[in-house]
Amino acid sequence: MATYQYPVYPYHPPAFADGLAPTAQVVIVGGGQVGLTMALDLAQRGVASVVLDEDNTVSDGSRAICQAKRTLEIWDRLGVAAPMMAKGVTWNEGHVFYRGERLYAFNMQENPHSKFPAFINIQQYYVEQFLVEQAMQQPLIELRWCHRVTGLETAPAGVCLTVETPDGIYTQPCDWLVAADGVRSTIRRQMGLSFSGQVFEDHFLIADIIMQREGPAIRRFYFDPPWGPEASALMHRQSDNVWRLDFQLGWNVDRDEELRDENVFARIRRMIGPDTPFELEWKSLYTFQCRSIERYRHDRVLFIGDAAHQVSPFGARGGNGGVQDADNLGWKLALVVQGRAGQALLDSYDDERRFAAAENILNSTRATDFITPKTPVSEVYRNAVLDLARDFPFARTLVNSGRLSVPAHLTESSLNGADELRGSVRPGSPVPALPLSVPDNAAVSHLTDILGDGFTLLCFGPANAELHVDSPLGLRLLHAGQDFRDSDGSIAAAFGVRDNAVVLVRPDQHVMACWRTPDPATILGALAKIRGEC
Amino acid sequence: MSSLKHEPCISDPDGFYQELIDAVQRLSPDDALAFSARLNLLLANHIGDRTVLREAIEAARKGLENRK
Repeated sequence: MATYQYPVYPYHPPAFADGLAPTAQVVIVGGGQVGLTMALDLAQRGVASVVLDEDNTVSDGSRAICQAKRTLEIWDRLGVAAPMMAKGVTWNEGHVFYRGERLYAFNMQENPHSKFPAFINIQQYYVEQFLVEQAMQQPLIELRWCHRVTGLETAPAGVCLTVETPDGIYTQPCDWLVAADGVRSTIRRQMGLSFSGQVFEDHFLIADIIMQREGPAIRRFYFDPPWGPEASALMHRQSDNVWRLDFQLGWNVDRDEELRDENVFARIRRMIGPDTPFELEWKSLYTFQCRSIERYRHDRVLFIGDAAHQVSPFGARGGNGGVQDADNLGWKLALVVQGRAGQALLDSYDDERRFAAAENILNSTRATDFITPKTPVSEVYRNAVLDLARDFPFARTLVNSGRLSVPAHLTESSLNGADELRGSVRPGSPVPALPLSVPDNAAVSHLTDILGDGFTLLCFGPANAELHVDSPLGLRLLHAGQDFRDSDGSIAAAFGVRDNAVVLVRPDQHVMACWRTPDPATILGALAKIRGEC
Repeated sequence: MSSLKHEPCISDPDGFYQELIDAVQRLSPDDALAFSARLNLLLANHIGDRTVLREAIEAARKGLENRK
């Protein structure tokens, strides 16, 4: 490949007496974007993990290129957002075209003062490389490359894995197993879990090309483009002058024929015109499904990312959903492993992320139904929407070229407490990265910077100025005006703070409860849900 | 919460009906279908109320499965 040199990570042969490795607290299967995020999150909380990956390099091809704001906030908490931002291409705007004409543009950025843009585009191999480099600095993470899981036995107290390497097989017992081994998850298959959902009858061809082309980095989506036979097409800029082209081919195609270089080149030429020089970097023909397993926790085995759920690529909800899974599970698993919370807390991972996955699958399915109408009549309606969208703004809201990943608002979570403020950010919502200032600390610029990764109480107003409360879970109190300044009032506005307010934030920076003037017992009562019986 | 009106609301029913038929009667079946889709979408947005729209969709759909 022309723009990227694949790293080769060191393989270490297993050297365990009698082929039995010492019991690990946590084993993560899969060293991809989601598994590595999981390992970094656990390590930051003081929990060691062993990461088993069947390969010894990063993602083959650019694959998931759109990393959403929420993902960047999570990686920022884990100290790995900076290289992503430096390498990625920032974008906020999407443009929608129909039969060659630009219908409208939309902007995904909710707040221009947020710490991160709505999206960056970055090839998945860079993402994984930066995550691996971060993980290698972390003594609590043991990366085992070319260690492939081939079997497992579950028991009430843990899991026993059979691991195959080029130098033989060994047994790896662990207390907890996190399956982050992707859409073809070995763990899922070994456990015989049904992975059911909807298959879409369509083929898409991805071509990543290198070309010099000026202009803003925006998402371009073409319905019924004038240049070719494709039903739709997508164009996205990535790093290193690489452009992602994605062509909708239809169901009845000859796969081998479509993948022949001359046919791929002809498609690209029709799209970009005859003159611009380009080089083909990667191509891939794919079909897709929207599906999920029924439960994400099976006693000591926890499923995250594509191993648990699969969505269509329109909306960038696969990788971004998986990173949010890791963000949700990390603190819960850490508290359970450390004996600070009961195992029931892990059921809230299952509840919350199945809720989020259902939302992602719904959005992804609806987008796919719009892009690939199932019947001639639904196509008539789809085209009617596109025809009207030119002149009528209302119809633009019906156009669905992918509802792009937004963070899950866990509004139905059983962990949620009081909801007394009724702002736009409510129990279950992620705390937005709004601007603030901290006296004598110029390095801190946004609300998410001061939250860290423990439980935090944000206290507003004179009635809460003297609030003191202490929890065995660890609880930091931050007083508005004293510990931080809500410079433009946007933080108070987001939570719906009028005068006095206390906001309890979870270790994954989601809001847990909002009160006006709670006493310490009320706050400890809300936290009791986390501890359960431990 | 409002619900779908069943009583007459159009002041000049004959005039309206003539306008509607005039607009579609010379169209091919394909174009007539496209016209209906556009009209549905325009009117649906004008109404806006999801309850009313749901009732209208149910009312329009009723009994069609049995026709062949």
